Parts: sequence; C-alpha cells; structure tokens
Amino acid sequence: MRYLPLSPADRGAMLAKIGAPDVDALFADVPLSAQRPVTGFDLPDHQGELEVERALARLADRNVAAGSVPSFCGAGAYKHYVPAAVDHLIQRSEFLTSYTPYQPEISQGTLQVLFEFQTQVAMLTGMEVANASLYDGSTATAEAVLMAQRITKRPKAILSGGLHLHYVETVETVANLHGVTKRALVTPGTEEDLDSLIDEQTACVVVQSPDVFGLLRNIKRLAEVVHTKGALLIVVVTEVVSLGLLESPGAQGADIVVAEGQSLGNGLNFGGPYVGLFATREKYVRQMPGRLCGQTVDSLGRRGFVLTLSTREQHIRRDKATSNICTNSGLCALAFTIHLSLLGEEGFTRLAALNHAKAVTLANRLAAVKGVSLVTSSFFNEFTIRLSKPAADVVETLAAKGILGGVPASRLSPSDRDLRDLLIVAATETNTDEDIEAFAAALEEVL
Amino acid sequence: MATNNQGRPSQPGAAQALDLPTISGATISGDRGLDHEEPLLFELGRAGQCGVDLPDVTISDDRLGGQRRKGPIGLPGLSEPEIVRHYVRLSRMNYAIDAGLYPLGSCTMKHNPRLNEKLARLPGFGDLHPLAPASASQGALALISELMSWLTTLTGMPAVAMSPKAGAHGELCGLLAIRAAVAARGELRHRVLVPESAHGTNPATAAFAGFTVDEVKATPEGRVDLADLKAKLGPDVAAFMLTNPNTCGLFEGEVIAMAELVHEAGAYFYCDGANYNAIAGRVRPGDLGIDAMHINLHKTFSTPHGGGGPGAGPVVLSARLAAFAPLPLLVHDENGFRLVEELEGVPAGAKPFGRMSAFHGQMGMFVRALAYMLSHGRDGIRQASEDAVLSANYVLASLKDVMSAPFEGPCMHEALFDDTWLAGSGVTTLDFAKAMIDEGYHPMTMYFPLVVHGAMLIEPTESESKESVDNFIHVLRVMAEEVKAGKKDRFEGAPRLAPRRRLDETAASRKPVLKWKAE
Repeated sequence: MRYLPLSPADRGAMLAKIGAPDVDALFADVPLSAQRPVTGFDLPDHQGELEVERALARLADRNVAAGSVPSFCGAGAYKHYVPAAVDHLIQRSEFLTSYTPYQPEISQGTLQVLFEFQTQVAMLTGMEVANASLYDGSTATAEAVLMAQRITKRPKAILSGGLHLHYVETVETVANLHGVTKRALVTPGTEEDLDSLIDEQTACVVVQSPDVFGLLRNIKRLAEVVHTKGALLIVVVTEVVSLGLLESPGAQGADIVVAEGQSLGNGLNFGGPYVGLFATREKYVRQMPGRLCGQTVDSLGRRGFVLTLSTREQHIRRDKATSNICTNSGLCALAFTIHLSLLGEEGFTRLAALNHAKAVTLANRLAAVKGVSLVTSSFFNEFTIRLSKPAADVVETLAAKGILGGVPASRLSPSDRDLRDLLIVAATETNTDEDIEAFAAALEEVL
Repeated sequence: MATNNQGRPSQPGAAQALDLPTISGATISGDRGLDHEEPLLFELGRAGQCGVDLPDVTISDDRLGGQRRKGPIGLPGLSEPEIVRHYVRLSRMNYAIDAGLYPLGSCTMKHNPRLNEKLARLPGFGDLHPLAPASASQGALALISELMSWLTTLTGMPAVAMSPKAGAHGELCGLLAIRAAVAARGELRHRVLVPESAHGTNPATAAFAGFTVDEVKATPEGRVDLADLKAKLGPDVAAFMLTNPNTCGLFEGEVIAMAELVHEAGAYFYCDGANYNAIAGRVRPGDLGIDAMHINLHKTFSTPHGGGGPGAGPVVLSARLAAFAPLPLLVHDENGFRLVEELEGVPAGAKPFGRMSAFHGQMGMFVRALAYMLSHGRDGIRQASEDAVLSANYVLASLKDVMSAPFEGPCMHEALFDDTWLAGSGVTTLDFAKAMIDEGYHPMTMYFPLVVHGAMLIEPTESESKESVDNFIHVLRVMAEEVKAGKKDRFEGAPRLAPRRRLDETAASRKPVLKWKAE
C-alpha cells in the first residue's frame, strides 16, 4: 500500500520492542464482540492511483462544469476567474499540510497571512476588526446573530425577506435555541418594511445587500432606524466582489458585516469548502466568534504574530466560549487573500466594474426577450427576471441546450408559489458577449 | 579541504559539519541564508501596480442606485512576481507534515496524498455550481452517495448527515438531532454529560446547542468513571458525549456498558469521532451502542489541514436518530439523484431538525476523502489504523523509561506522557516541547488532555517509516537524558533556531493589534 511505509519486518521489530505477540494484542481493550475481520466490511480492497482517478473522473464527467458552457448561476456562489498563481501557492506543502498555528515560532507564515487577511477584510467591509475566517457566509451569519443576542441581551433577530433562504434556515436552526427569529416577507425586487418589526426585544436586524434577488438595499437609512431602537444591524454580503464598486457596509452604519468569500480565490466546489468573513466594531471584539491573529514581538523584540484573545474560544473557555468553532477555513482564506493581493486596489475595483457592466449588458439583452421582465431595478452583478413560464422547467430545458441559465427562485423555496416564475441570473467577468447572446437566443426559443 | 580546479570546495568535510560556522550578530540584509524576513503586503505594495490584467470598463448607465463607492479601499498593489515571492517566503516560515514528523496528538497529522488534490480540482467537481440543475450534477450527487455508503458501512450506522463543515459543526449537528428526538418524545431534557478529559469543543457545543453541561469524572486508569456516569444520569439528561478512543489515547473498554446505562436512562449516546482513525476498518461504532458520531474527514480520511481548515464533519446516525438528520436530504428515484432542500417534500418519516449551512456540505473534502478510501480500500484503512496504533505503542514502549506515562498501555493511536519525570528539573512541558523545534520537530500536543498534569500527547500516525520514528525516539531520549543531567540551558527560552523565538502572547492580548494600520 503506497501510503504506508512500515514493512512486515518493521512491524515485527516494533511489536518485539513493545512486547506484544501481534497487533491484535494492542486492541485488547476493545471488546472482542465489537471487533471484525477485514472481510466483515462489504467494501473493495485498495487500488492504484490510475484506478482511483479513473473511477472519480467518470463521476466528474457526469457533471456540467460552469466553465464548460455559458453559465449564469449565482444565488450565493459565483463563477469567477482565479489567477493560476493562487492555486499554485495554496498547494505549497507548508500551507497545505500544516496545522492550526498554535506553535507561533514555526507558523509565522500562516499567522502573517491571517493578519493580512484580517486587514483586507476590515478594509473591504469598512469595519474595525475582522476574524481569521469562519466556515462560510451562512454559518457566519448565524454566528453574527448569536453575537448580537449576547451583546444586546435581547432575544429577537429579524431576518429580511431578501436574505438567502439557506442562510435564513441556518440562522433559525441555532438562533432559536437562544432566542427567537422573525422572518420578514418581501416582494422580490422591493424593500420590505423592517422598521415596524423592530421593538425593544430586538437584538438585531439581518439584511443582505445585494439581496438574494440582486437588489441593492438602502443600508444607511435602515442602520439609523435600527440604532434608534438599540439594536444591531447585521449586513450580509454573498458576493464579495460587489464591495469593489459599492459603498462599504461599515461606512453605511453596519455593526457586524458577514460575507461569503468564495468569489475570491475559491472555486464553486458544488457548495464547499468556502470561507466566511466576519467583521465588526472594535468594542465588540471580545464577543467575536472564531480565531483572531494579533501582532506582537518575540523575545528578541522582532515583530511576530500569534493567535490571540483565545479566552473567547472553546479550547480555553469550554462551555463558556463565544462559539464552538475550532477548524475553520484557513486554506480558503489563504486563497482569498492571495487573489485579493494580486488584484490590489486597481484590479479589484476594475473586476467589480467589469462584473457590473456584464450584468447591465445581460439585463438589457434579456429584458428585450418576449416573456421576460426585469424584477430588480438596482443591482450589482445579479438580478431577477420574471418569465412567462415556470423558471425551474425553463432552466432544465436550457440545461439540455447546454446553457446554465441561472437559479430558479423556487430552487431556494420550492413551496412558495409566488416565486415560481422568477429566475435569478448572475453575470461575471467570465461571461462573454457570445455567452450572453446564446443565453438570450435560447430563452427566446424556450419562452 | 578538497577543491575543484576553480578553487571551489568539492566535498563537504565531516569536521566542518560538526563545527558550523556562524555569523554572530546581524547580517547586512537582515536575512540569513534561506531564512528571509518578509514585510507585510501593505508595506510592500504601492498605488497603480496590479497583479492581473483586466480590460478597461466604462459604465455609462450604472444601476447601482446611487450606492457607488466614493473613496478608495486602501488595498496595496503588487505585480505577480512580487506576490509569488511574498507567499513563498511566508510559506517557508511554516512547519508542515510534508517537511517533517508532526506528532500533534489528537490532531492526526498524516500524509495528504496529492492524487486527492488533483481529483478535487477536476472541473466536474471544482467548477460545479451548487445550485446547478440536478441533471447537470448527477455525478456529484452520486459521489456523495458513494461516500455516504462508505461511511455507513465502515461505522455500522444506518444514516449519515453530510452537511457539517468541521468536527465541532458535526458535534452540533449530532446534538441538534438528539434535541429534536427528545422533543419528538415530548420530553424536556436539558443536561449533557461530558467527561472531564473531553475536547473543548464538546462542552462548547453542548452549550451552543442550548444544553447545560455536567462533567463526568475520570478513573485513575484514565477512563470514564462508570459509577459517576451512573450517578449523573437522570431523566433530565439528553446525551452523554464520549470520545473513544479517548483523549488519553486509551480505548474505553466499558463503552457497551456505558451505552446501556445511557439508553436505560432514556438519553442518547454521542461519540466524538476525532480519534476514529485508531479503529477504522476494525471496529464499527454502531456495534458499540453509539447513536451519533461525527467523523473528521481531515483526520481519519486525510483531507489536508490547510493551516486551520477547511475540514468536514459528516455525522453518522443510529436508527433512533436517522429521521432527524438536517436538510438537505439526498434521495434517489427513477429520475436519478436529487436533493430535497425543504421540509415540504421530505421522504415519509423524515423529520429534519433544520439546516446546518447553505448548500450541501464540503464537496471538495468529500472528493478527497473518497479518493483516500478507494485508494486504501478496506484492507488499507484497517492497516492504517493498525500501523497508527503500532507506532504510538512503539513510542510509548521506547520512551516510558525516561519519560513518565500516567497510564498503563497498550495505548491506541497516541502515546500520553505527563510531567512527573520533569519534577525538580526546572524544565517544564512547554520548555521541553519548544526545544523539539530546535531539533527539527513540531512539538507534540501540550497540556491536553486536562486530566493529566503537564500532558504531552504524541501521535506519530501511520505515515512515518520506522526509521523516522526511531530518529524521533532517539532525539527525545537524548533530550530527556539531558533534562535529567541538569542541562537545562537548551530548554530555557527554546526554540533558538526557528524563524522566531518565543512570542509575547500576553502583550498581544492586553492591547490587541489585529490589523495593519498606515503609520
């Protein structure tokens, strides 16, 4: 077996040193009734690289990769071009095969990366502090709600109707254990009335912008209302590239900003692993979940970095910790930060502008198709259209024609009849004018 | 010294190797040979430079509703060569399993096969949108189904929830399934019992899931005190969380009796599967009476740790809990595979407790884990467990005369020592572990588990050759002998040969500097 270095002779010598007759003796504490022979598992034996690659490649070939066809799927995960250097660098052994940097003397690489990552996230979100990542945008949103409940000591979280439904459900799963959540109802393409739902029991209002239908929300006004009621405003960003073109949530009054960072550096990966960004005001730093990297000096006075404020965390505080999170998204955060470093200010703002320009072109072209009307008036790189037929059927027909034509809103909420004809469509720098024309032409045929 | 005809040394001299020339004091550059200092990105970059080429864009009719950013973000600009050098230099400040033995107990730093990296990057997996139509993702759903089949077959459990994103997330999933099952019986049970030796995530997760936590004592033999467990069980207990093999590296031999006690009390038996890598392919947790167990794919099935993630924590569930698995559910019917993503439309009998995260789990990790399983097969998975246990016992047997082991062997996949043997030496567990860095090793896990004073937990894993383990043992033996000989200088303030000496963690937390600021 190519991954196991011990030879039978090695094993014999080691057993002799231990003083055990055979390896079974080392399992003497395990009840015999619970031990089975290898044949007791109905599974195949080991295989060579070639055979394994062949088996998995066969499965991969049955999927339609976003880059292989005109693709317009978004709704929380976006197809972007990732520079080749990113994937090369994250596969450096020293990044890929190291553990959480608990031994800072020999982990300065990972630690400096995290410090730079935190700085970049704080800059993008317009916040004072950011952590070293959470699992993804949805779990980061849930953590933000729990943090708001802790800070305000109030139970209620109000969830905008424009929040991605998977995020809503993720939040509800944990936030209802410690408080209550209230879903606001929205007409897609409009802003719902959140103001009247806020009361003195409200810990936070959670609003996504651009929202799941692509609409840019008026954060500034909402922040003022939320703050007058003593609650916190949590802003969720599922398309982090939008921050290259839009005013940051922090500048508009957000108290906690969470984001899905997949768009930078990370592939679509059928939903994971992704990377959750989490940023807030400095005064709340000791209530934050997850790891934080801080600057310090070593015993010779040289600058260095360590994991810090660990007394918030599970390995120190156990049942009093701010979160149970341990392993997070280190390598995805690395990919994020390398991609953003390559872009820099100029590249990032240009990338964002390019995405918006593609989306405007796509919106104009699709709106000209008979049976299509534009639902979202102000947007970044994603918008919703209403079709003259059920969107799920249209998407399947388009897929048969070799076009991934967006995400039917009903995919997120199959039982909501009002969403049946709505299609959420995203455009990024990866979409060519030919892609857009092919999509529009196919839609003309289908509708 | 032998030289060639250009006057260049042609062979290294053994004597010189022993007497390394050193430059005392600073070099001109501040770098030392291959050890480069590296500034922060923000100190390197400058306005106008960029590491990508993108076309010019003019947006005449933006649809941003007046929300366009007015000021700059402040990101530095660098070209690609500068970026590549920055990260390569940073990478060289890290220790890694690819570079050396990484004996971090309870973390399982085993080899990460590169085939698995290659396969996860196949466009059909890596470039597949999570909400692509079912017709465009049948291969991905089939892969998840096959991985589920491996996990349930290996563990002897009927069901598995795939969406948890790491071990602690899996614990949460398991406890929320238990919470839902208790509620479905119309009962109120608010307590969760956790052994005092448990990982910190166990009590943290129980509290996160809305339970109060009670500790169960350990016996002098490093196992759960059955009498204490029995005394603490009651009608208000929802679950008992056990790590088995436990964090002392020992198998809880009374596990079946514990399961009976827990079930008699009407509670559920949760197993922290962090140490499943010791028994995979040999013992099925389902045969031990366990109701739920998360499996760290980044430990047992070797998806890379990546400097702190991503991981994946699927949870296998017993028949008593299977119905409560969270959304989404993978179903197979005459049209092939599809995901059921909301309560309406779940198969008969299913009562999902909710949703753990957006989409459907760590697909990238699933590909890697399945590649590991197919590569190893049932025989290789079993052999890996046996070799891991063998290596740990070999370390224990080879060092217990110079270091002190608190419990009698055999151990499972990790060897635990305490600091009894350091008493009076002036050297602490921390000093000893940090001195290992100077010898080219990553320290073992220190001061965990908490039930042992000055704990040192060593997990060599199955990935090390006998020669490698022998070298490691030799180094630790000599170090231990030096401690005993009173040579404590090399331990105080160690390490000396790492990119940094010990860092001031107190200063870091007293006045946190969590990001770079322009001066």
